[in-house]
Amino acid sequence: MSEQNRDEQRTGDAGSPDPTDDEMLIQTDVSESVERTGASFDRDTVVSARDINVWYGDDQALQNISMDIPEKSVTAMVGPSGCGKSTFLRCINRMNDLIDSARVEGDLYLRGKNVYDDDVDPVALRRRVGMVFQKPNPFPKSIRENVTYGLKIQDKGGDYDEIVEESLKRAALWEEVKDQLDESGLELSGGQQQRLCIARAIAPDPEVLLMDEPASALDPVATSQIEDLIEELAQEYTVVIVTHNMQQAARISDQTAVFLTGGELVEFDDTQKIFENPESQRVEDYITGKFG
Amino acid sequence: MSTDDLATDISKQTENSPRELLTRTFFFLCAGLSIVTTISIVVLLVTEAAKFFTITAPLMGVTGETASLVDFLTGTTWQINSGEFGVLTLVSATVMITLGSAVIAIPLGVATAIYLSEYASKRARSVLKPALEILAGVPTVVYGFFALIYITPALSVVFPSIGTFNMLSASVVVGVMIIPMVASISEDAMSAVPDELRQAGYGMGATKFDVATGIVVPAALSGIFSSFILALSRAIGETMAVTIAAGSRAQFLNPLNPASFLEGSLPMTAAMVQLLLGDITGGGLAYRSLFAIGLVLFVITLIMNVISDFVAQRYREEY
Ligand SMILES: Nc1ncnc2c1ncn2[C@@H]1O[C@H](COP(=O)(O)OP(=O)(O)OP(=O)(O)O)[C@@H](O)[C@H]1O
Ligand SMILES: [Mg+2]
Repeated sequence: MSEQNRDEQRTGDAGSPDPTDDEMLIQTDVSESVERTGASFDRDTVVSARDINVWYGDDQALQNISMDIPEKSVTAMVGPSGCGKSTFLRCINRMNDLIDSARVEGDLYLRGKNVYDDDVDPVALRRRVGMVFQKPNPFPKSIRENVTYGLKIQDKGGDYDEIVEESLKRAALWEEVKDQLDESGLELSGGQQQRLCIARAIAPDPEVLLMDEPASALDPVATSQIEDLIEELAQEYTVVIVTHNMQQAARISDQTAVFLTGGELVEFDDTQKIFENPESQRVEDYITGKFG
Repeated sequence: MSTDDLATDISKQTENSPRELLTRTFFFLCAGLSIVTTISIVVLLVTEAAKFFTITAPLMGVTGETASLVDFLTGTTWQINSGEFGVLTLVSATVMITLGSAVIAIPLGVATAIYLSEYASKRARSVLKPALEILAGVPTVVYGFFALIYITPALSVVFPSIGTFNMLSASVVVGVMIIPMVASISEDAMSAVPDELRQAGYGMGATKFDVATGIVVPAALSGIFSSFILALSRAIGETMAVTIAAGSRAQFLNPLNPASFLEGSLPMTAAMVQLLLGDITGGGLAYRSLFAIGLVLFVITLIMNVISDFVAQRYREEY
C-alpha cells in the first residue's frame, strides 16, 4: 500500500481554498470527537455523519451513525446483509430522497456543509458526489454519450473528446473501447459496463465517489481490474465502497467501517486494525466468519 | 425401483392423453376461427373490389358498368351520380383527419404518459389512469355530437368562416379520442424502463426533467412510436365521429394547406356509411365502389401495421 506516497500527496495538496467563516464554524462543531467508533484519521475529513438515523416507514434501518470519512482514501463498509450499508451510502448523496418511505434524521456534512440543510439542492449535491451501483447500469446510449452525460446535464463545457479519453483511461477501459466510442454501451461485457459506469461517474470530477458493491456482479478478473482501479482513483478521489467481500475490503481499503444487524456502526478504524486487532468481539466474530 | 419401472414411469403418457388432446384442439379451433374470419374478409374485399374495375371485372365474369382503375386512383372528384369515382378525394379527407388528430394526440398523449410514469404520485396515477380509460370508452357517436354541438361553435369564434361541418373539429375530436391510446401505450413503455437507469441518472445529478426526457423517453422510443401508429390507424378507421363532424360533401382538399381544415369533406369511412345509407342497388357500380374504398382503407391500415412492426423490431428497447 502506498501509504507514504499518499501522505506526501496530502501535504502537497494543502493549498485547498480557505473555508469561509461560516464553514469554519460548522467545521469546529463537526470536529468534536466521534464517540463510540473512536476513529480519527490524520487526513482531512470530507464526509462527516452525526447521529444519522434512517427509517423506512416504521422500520429503523440506521441508528445514530456518526463517522468521519477522510479524503483521498478508500473507506470500506462491511456488514451482514440488511444492516444498512447501502442506506448509509444513499444518505451521503441524498438518494434516499427518492424513496417515498425513507426518512433521514441527523446531520451529514460534506466538506463542512450540512447536506440536509434546507438550502441544499440534492440535484446539485449529486453532481459533486458520484455513485456507482451494484448492477452495471449504462444508459442505452453510445459509450461516448454515457461518459459525457454528467457534463451535458450540467451544461459543463470543455473538450469532450479529451474528457472522454481521460475518464475512460482512468477507468482502465480506454484501450478496449477506443475504436468503438459510438457504439452502444450495452454491447460491452458486464465488467466493461461497470468500468464504463465508473468512467461516467468520474467524468464530471466529483468530490466523493460512492460505490455500492461495484464488483459483486463480476468475475474474478474483472473484479481485480476494478479493485486496481479503485486504489488508483483514491489518489485523487475520496472513495466509499460497500462490499461483502472481506478480502476485498482488506486489500483495497484504508479504513473499514463495520455495520452490524440492526443498523449500528460497531467499529470504524484503520483497515489493518479492524482486521488484525478489532476492539469489539462482535466485529472479530463477524470478520472471522463466526456470524453474520 | 427397478429399471423397468422407471422406463414405464418416464414413458410418454401425458402428451396425448384425452384431456390434453381435447384442450389442444379447442384452443386451436379458437385461434383458427379468427384467422379464417380475417382471410374470408380479405378475400371478399378483393373479389368484390375486382368487380368494380374495368381491367379486373372480366376476370370475375362481370359485365356491365365498371370504372377505370387509373381514374379511381388518380381522380380528384367523387360524384357517384355522374359516375366519377376519384378515391383521392376521400383519401385526402382521411389524411387530413389523421394529420390533424396526430398534431393534437401525439404531444398531449406523450406529455400525459410522461406525467403519469415519471411525475405523478401514486394517488394521482390511481385517479388519472382510470379516467383515461373512461375517456377511451366513451362511444364515438358521442364524440361526434360533441364536435358538432360544442367544438365547431367554439372554433367559429376564432375562425368565423368555418363551416358547420369541417375537418378541424373532426380532427380535434378524433385527436382527443386517441389521446388515451397514445398515453396508455406510451406509459406502459415508459414504466417498463428499468428503474436502474433512472437511479443512474439521478445519481449523476440529473433533474426529473433530464431523466424523463433524456433517459426514459429515448429508452422507451419504440413503444412510443408503436402507440403513434396504432392510434393513427384508429384515427384512419374512425367512422362515427367523422361522419357526424366532417359532413357529407366530397371535395378534394390539400391536406398541407391549413385553410382546408375550415371546410368539410368526406373521409373514406364516412363515404362508405353514405353509400350504405343511400339506396344503392345490389349489384350496381356504387355498391361495388364500397368494396373498392374498403380495400384501399384496408391496404392503408395494413401498411401502418407493417411499419409499426418494423419500428418495434428496429428500435426495440435494448436496456
Ligand atoms: N427501499 C426500501 N424500502 C423499505 N425498506 C428498505 C428499503 N431499502 C432498504 N430497506 C430496509 O433497510 C434495511 C437496510 O437495507 P440496506 O439495503 O441498506 O442494507 P445493506 O446493508 O445494503 O444490505 P445488502 O448487503 O444486502 O445490500 C433492510 O432491513 C431493508 O429491508
Ligand atoms: Mg446493499
